[in-house]
Amino acid sequence: MAELSPAVRRGAVRLPTPAWFQAYGVYAAVAVLVLFNAVFTDHFLTGANLRTQLVQVAPVVIVALGMALVIGTEGVDLSVGSVMALAAALLPLYLGYGLLSALLMALAAGAVVGAVNGTLVAVVGLQPIVATLALFVGGRGLALVLADGQLKQIANPGLLGLGTDDVLGVPVVVLIAGVLALLVAGVVHRTTFGRRLVAIGGNRAAAGLAGLPVKRVLIGVYVVCGVLAALAGVLATARLTASDPSTLGTLMELSAITAVVVGGTPLTGGSVRVLGTVCGALLMQLLRATLVKHDLPDSTAQMAQAVIILVAVYVARERRSR
Amino acid sequence: MAPPDAAPAAPPPGPDEGPTAPAVLEAVGIGKRFPGVVALDDVSLTLRRGEIHALVGENGAGKSTLIKVLTGVHRPDTGEVRLDGRPVAFARPSDAQHAGVTTIYQEVNLVPLMSVARNIFLGREPRNRLGLIDFPRMHREAAALLAGFGVTADVRHPLGSLGVGTRQMVALARAVSVRAGVVVMDEPTSALEPREVETLFRVIGDLHDRGISVLYVSHRLEELYRICDRVTVLRDGRLVHTGDLADLDRMQLVAMMLGREVSEVRRHGRTGFGEDHHPDREAVLTASGLTRRHVLDDVSLELRPGEVLGLAGLLGSGRSETAKALAGALPLDSGSVTVAGRRLGRPSPAAAIRAGVSLLPEDRKAEGIVAGLSVRENIVLAAMPRLSRAGVVSRARQDRVVQVFMKRLRIKASGPEQKVGELSGGNQQKVLLARWLCLEPKVLLLDEPTRGIDVGAKAEVQALVDELAQEGLAVLLISSDIEELVEGADRLVVLRGGAVAGELTGERVGEGELLEVLAAHAPAAGSGPDDEEVRHDG
Repeated sequence: MAELSPAVRRGAVRLPTPAWFQAYGVYAAVAVLVLFNAVFTDHFLTGANLRTQLVQVAPVVIVALGMALVIGTEGVDLSVGSVMALAAALLPLYLGYGLLSALLMALAAGAVVGAVNGTLVAVVGLQPIVATLALFVGGRGLALVLADGQLKQIANPGLLGLGTDDVLGVPVVVLIAGVLALLVAGVVHRTTFGRRLVAIGGNRAAAGLAGLPVKRVLIGVYVVCGVLAALAGVLATARLTASDPSTLGTLMELSAITAVVVGGTPLTGGSVRVLGTVCGALLMQLLRATLVKHDLPDSTAQMAQAVIILVAVYVARERRSR
Repeated sequence: MAPPDAAPAAPPPGPDEGPTAPAVLEAVGIGKRFPGVVALDDVSLTLRRGEIHALVGENGAGKSTLIKVLTGVHRPDTGEVRLDGRPVAFARPSDAQHAGVTTIYQEVNLVPLMSVARNIFLGREPRNRLGLIDFPRMHREAAALLAGFGVTADVRHPLGSLGVGTRQMVALARAVSVRAGVVVMDEPTSALEPREVETLFRVIGDLHDRGISVLYVSHRLEELYRICDRVTVLRDGRLVHTGDLADLDRMQLVAMMLGREVSEVRRHGRTGFGEDHHPDREAVLTASGLTRRHVLDDVSLELRPGEVLGLAGLLGSGRSETAKALAGALPLDSGSVTVAGRRLGRPSPAAAIRAGVSLLPEDRKAEGIVAGLSVRENIVLAAMPRLSRAGVVSRARQDRVVQVFMKRLRIKASGPEQKVGELSGGNQQKVLLARWLCLEPKVLLLDEPTRGIDVGAKAEVQALVDELAQEGLAVLLISSDIEELVEGADRLVVLRGGAVAGELTGERVGEGELLEVLAAHAPAAGSGPDDEEVRHDG
């Protein structure tokens, strides 16, 4: 404990404490980036640009919401990217039966993968990282088999509309992400499911002894995460106007985990920060956009993102060891 | 490798050499503190050549810390460790090992995936002319070594394929073959079958004959009296007694471990100022034949409304496990729990809670509180479904319950939204009590409810237990504090080795009587719980 930033605590200048950073750092960083861009970046505060940024970040937000729940239970779900690919692969197969059945099949696939993940974690007792690694590999394999390894163009106007339409000037994708964020926040803070999830993440042994249905809740959490990932897969496919199971959602698990961690949700479980997660995803998106717009290569953006992740994890570590 | 080659080379002393034998390993005035706790306070221990020295004490006595100081895991804050009269400072366990001090932990610290032979010779494998491991020779020597311990396992098999007992023998064989002068054994028999225990004792006898000293930590009195020459008793981090074991009878030894004066206890008899309750009604909870291998052996007991039943026993006797079994939190091999006439089907904490059984677990931090959540959320954790509508929690209902219990139990917090992790131990315990009481249970199982909480909170908790019993609750009270147990309980069930060793009722609920049962010989000079008969006194 002695190595904890004594400078911060007794420093002449009152620097924000790690606890403050973990709680509010992500909001401050988003605000700083927005201000910076408003002043120094041309055409940043234009409708078109904001729209592009939000549309691009929406699928990440949707996946990250599910990921935040899983991480809140001291778990992790590596299979989300593969679930997106699986959903994408299923869409063209069932669009012949109508848009609704295709959507249901895609989301059901997410639920099934989530149930398998949850069962492996809660009932079989595997480490989440190992359990979901199996479907990370297998899910994409299955998606490629279903799609015959091919990219398929999507012509269904209803599905394409999900990617391009607006409601009251807001892109549908963004609207869905926003509504889901509110919904997930409500679930986390206001339902028995949400509170149990947090308690299980905080102290699984105590939750079990308090009679909580630990296994059921854990399975439920992974199912929600799977369904959200499948939905993200559907929306991304609609934007691409093609089902591309070989590349859709690759590295999405890492983007989602990053958003959650940067948003201040500890990897050790026991807390879920929904707004923080949304802002975490936004922060990474804005950071990249900012650097790209100032003619720095993408590789620089990646390194900047790495720094943010390290800061987020460092801040969380300090907090815990106290 | 290291200096103390002299140790094993010395002539093997006869078993009766006893007190005149020179000291091999000494701890002198050891003090060790951890944040918030003094683990050891001026503790000294002398281990003489060739003796089997028992180290005993209840939970928190400082046994483990002392072992860790002696074997280089911890460094003492004050005092020093001496080996063959010279001060030594082991920086890490391997230093101690090189110097001839080997520890055999319950969970043997060897490499399960490597062969038995490789484990024995790890780090000092015999080499052939090419500098490679000479496997035939290694296997031959390992087999010969193990044969001396009565182990006939194939030394080429991975260690992990052996039973716990055999693995322990392998660890011992390794210790002996590195020419250890001192072997520290921490609860070596806790996972052994009676037959394996016999082999272990034979090996220990063998070590003794070779002049190797053994520091033997165990809470099984039978074992201590069978094999140990001398004993050191620790309590609350302090040295209570050290001397020949033969000079102490079991009663005196137990009294020392628990911090009671035998003469005083015998004179006073029963102190009891706690109210006596009237358990004349029918049992609300009946447990019969609770059995789990190595843990519980045919434990049966009854709890009646309005009584406080004390569950007594030394460390490792199966008290906490019994409570957990009653609360559906310990999988059983056989046995049943019946609550209010209904047998609990597949035991689970949820089923037990539904039936009206609540358990306040022993380890408050690990199994009780959710430190990151608020006082309110911790209190309503188990009652959440009752305080919500269609899966949506009702803050108003929660707040009402929380307010009532924070007031009734006088929980000191800045408010219901303060994080439980920030509260004092006593207040955390009250939060947990509130969690269970708001379920309105029929049976309350309290495992060490006053451990680690301040005096004021302790008195409040004790008064609350009394009050709850008067209101008709059936309470099971587990405590290592024998005074608390005798004063708080109307009836005592004593456990030993996972089985019921006796029961004290009415006038016989007293410290003296309890000590007698605790110190009594197990019926069969016993190695395992298997031989013990269920005996009901009084």
